[in-house]
Amino acid sequence: MKAIVKYISSIFSALKTLFKGMAVTGHYISHPKEIITQQYPENRETLKMFDMFRGEVVLTHSESNEHRCTGCSACEVACPNGTIEIINKRIEMPDGKKKKVIDKFVYHLSMCTFCNLCILSCPTDAIKMSQDFEHAVFDRSQLTKVLNKPASKLMEGVR
Amino acid sequence: MAETATNTNTGKPLETQEYFINMGPQHPSTHGVLRLMLTLEGETIHNVEPHLGYIHRSIEKMCEKDTYAQIIHLTDRMDYLSSHMNNEAVSLAVEQGLEVEMPERVKVIRTIISELTRLSSHQLWWGVFGMDLGAITSFLYGFRDREMIIDIFEETCGARLTMNYNVPGGLMFDIHPNFQKRTKAFVEHFRQKLPEYDQLLTGNVIFEMRTKGIGILSKEDAISFGVTGPTGRASGFSNDVRKHNPYSAYPQVEFNEVLREEGDSYARYKVRIQEMWESMSIIEQLIENIPEGDYKVKTKAVIKLPKGEYYQKVETARGEFGVYIISEGGKSPYRLKFRSPGFSNLSALNHMAKGVKIADLVVIMSTLDLVIPDIDR
Repeated sequence: MKAIVKYISSIFSALKTLFKGMAVTGHYISHPKEIITQQYPENRETLKMFDMFRGEVVLTHSESNEHRCTGCSACEVACPNGTIEIINKRIEMPDGKKKKVIDKFVYHLSMCTFCNLCILSCPTDAIKMSQDFEHAVFDRSQLTKVLNKPASKLMEGVR
Repeated sequence: MAETATNTNTGKPLETQEYFINMGPQHPSTHGVLRLMLTLEGETIHNVEPHLGYIHRSIEKMCEKDTYAQIIHLTDRMDYLSSHMNNEAVSLAVEQGLEVEMPERVKVIRTIISELTRLSSHQLWWGVFGMDLGAITSFLYGFRDREMIIDIFEETCGARLTMNYNVPGGLMFDIHPNFQKRTKAFVEHFRQKLPEYDQLLTGNVIFEMRTKGIGILSKEDAISFGVTGPTGRASGFSNDVRKHNPYSAYPQVEFNEVLREEGDSYARYKVRIQEMWESMSIIEQLIENIPEGDYKVKTKAVIKLPKGEYYQKVETARGEFGVYIISEGGKSPYRLKFRSPGFSNLSALNHMAKGVKIADLVVIMSTLDLVIPDIDR
């Protein structure tokens, strides 16, 4: 007799534990304000990443299409994966002197690990991390980017 | 039951034999690319042999060509759920060689972020453990609270998972002005939400039947296999590096090392739940008074370690993580060896899983809290 009572009571206590868990789920069904799920990409307009977020490396340009990169290659040396390639060229200045400027700032996004070492190594604060995180493309070659805009120049006074 | 099974046509006993099956490398409950070679009789496991090498990236070899600042970001990619502690281990080992003492501010921030990382790792483990047992709800609840911690990291160091925030000589940036506010808000939130975890899983009758008495690891075996972390502590093996070899700000804080005697899957579960309470208490002790000062010590642009050997161990969410550096005096190490907790913990799997059913193997593996890139680096 005792065994039967114990058996039946164990069934009921087991059922109780199941309902205890269900109560938590039920609480959230009846309190939709506590649900924190976000609908992406519907919330694209309101979705803002933090300022520190490391999305991808960008070369900042001023409104007059000037950048701050002197082509010193400090970022290229600091990068652990060979993500950054800086191709320099020599141009002739109006006064006849030759000067080294960047031809192409090549950035391989597909190799980047977002370790932030290039940003820290830059002596002129030319590069920074943007907050853009939607990197998906259809072709891998699109991930190799040239960061300096066409016809951009070195900003006056940066050396 | 192999002896009693008979052929229904002839009435003669059936001949049985051991057979061999692969679990993984693409199996949803091995949490990554782990291949287990199982020797079975019926559904009973006779032998489990883990087969590694599917995501070997030769991180130790890559470290030999990188500078000490560049090594840090590789350690993120080993045990990605405790990336901050991995970074800290390398940073502490390099600082040991440079013979610099960190400012109090750095120590305290490192400790707070370590504990936040431990919390987020245990939350993810709790969610995934529920899912391995067939309960999808716990997965979503675990991720809900983890998201708050990830936001704190994202605001302070810019990355969500592979943080690269500890560098030799301090921290990469100072903490964000919102850091204290957010962390306090999180601890307050999570103190209310952690009892929900107990309501959902801990008392559940199905959960208890599937975990109690499954995969027992005795204290002697835990020591002989080198099983550390919550897995070892559930067997009564006191191995908390934070207690026995305190580093950073751990000497200043009071906390209990959670120990249990049973050594089964349920004990490992309870140890991790209890550790979450301890982590929150550590954060609360430190968050109010973060000392003012520098977040970084001035080091040379390219760090060169003096000739010698350096070893530093830290407590990650999975156990004892060690870094052993041999330096010849150059800008990169001559040899660098990682002692990862997952590798030693996995070595005990065969011992624990002998004689259990396949479904219980999933439970045992999940309570070991394996992160495969940590095992296979």
